[in-house]
Amino acid sequence: MERGEGEAEMAKVVVVTSGKGGVGKTTTTAALGAALAQRGERVVVVDFDVGLRNLDLIMGAERRVVFDLINVIQGVAKLSQALIRDKRLENLWLLPASQTRDKDALTEAGVERVIADLRTKFDWILCDSPAGIERGATLAMRYADEAIIVTNPEVSSVRDSDRIIGMLDSKTVKAESGERVTKHVLITRYDAGRAARGEMLSIDDILEILATPLLGIIPESQDVLRASNVGSPVTLNNAASVAARAYADAARRLCGETIAMMVPAERKRFMDRLLGRRAA
Amino acid sequence: MSMNILRFLGRRKATAPLARERLQILLAHERSLRGQPELLSILREEILAVISRHVDLDPDKVIVRMDRGKSVSTLEVDIELPNGFDKTIAAAG
Repeated sequence: MERGEGEAEMAKVVVVTSGKGGVGKTTTTAALGAALAQRGERVVVVDFDVGLRNLDLIMGAERRVVFDLINVIQGVAKLSQALIRDKRLENLWLLPASQTRDKDALTEAGVERVIADLRTKFDWILCDSPAGIERGATLAMRYADEAIIVTNPEVSSVRDSDRIIGMLDSKTVKAESGERVTKHVLITRYDAGRAARGEMLSIDDILEILATPLLGIIPESQDVLRASNVGSPVTLNNAASVAARAYADAARRLCGETIAMMVPAERKRFMDRLLGRRAA
Repeated sequence: MSMNILRFLGRRKATAPLARERLQILLAHERSLRGQPELLSILREEILAVISRHVDLDPDKVIVRMDRGKSVSTLEVDIELPNGFDKTIAAAG
């Protein structure tokens, strides 16, 4: 877990946030975390949703949680005791949220200490923010170097994303010291057919409104549901699926690669098309 | 293992039964712990205290892990004891 001596590369703290609930933050944190780890990066995903944790469930680690973020902050457990190593990817780790406390148990000084410690051990620290704009969400973004704003192509999601962008520019340590948190928009639950028919906000509409660069487009996909059913990030559970490939491309862009943005088109199964069923 | 079997049997294998089983186990455990949220921390502290009466311990070398199965949970306590600890006990005795 420890970095090599003299290794100069800076760890990146990335908050995965949205304001709105249910847009795919936790799915995104797990999928990007796994994709980065598959590239050989040392990754920890941190669940800030105190009292309502789900990242452990999406990662398939729910039976292995003994200590959590609050235990570490309060000194009841060491960081190394709370970290859970993924069983499939040895450089992917989870720091789970507490399930039995509420977000008042999070302290700014405690979070700062934990993040500083994680920086010495990992290349990427992905913070899974709770929905909303209260304590859990503000502390998840407080020490972020970068932010991924997860947005569905839907009016209230875009509106809440704009609010979160404003908070990233006012409530982070970087903002208070006159710097800027690097921001990326990730569009999830995208349906190219509905956008083409004018039933759904288009990519261009969203990007123009939010004025923030695009990290990736994740199509509406049943593979995401299957992955959460079995407790495996979609980038591990079905790496060939359209959603997984979109996440893998997003991870490469996050690492600085330039990759052409494809609007993914998933061929619907004949029966789905015949019956007019929407993907889950 | 079960993941490999699922993949071998084909992509469209139903995943909902596994989700149901995972949730049943998890929620049964969480319900049973309701009202005693600090049980694991207490267990660890008390185990540490008992052993510390007889052996000098580095608390950082005590790892508590839990694996929750369908009908039983396994608490694994991994304690690194310094070399010669048994001689220390013999001398004290």
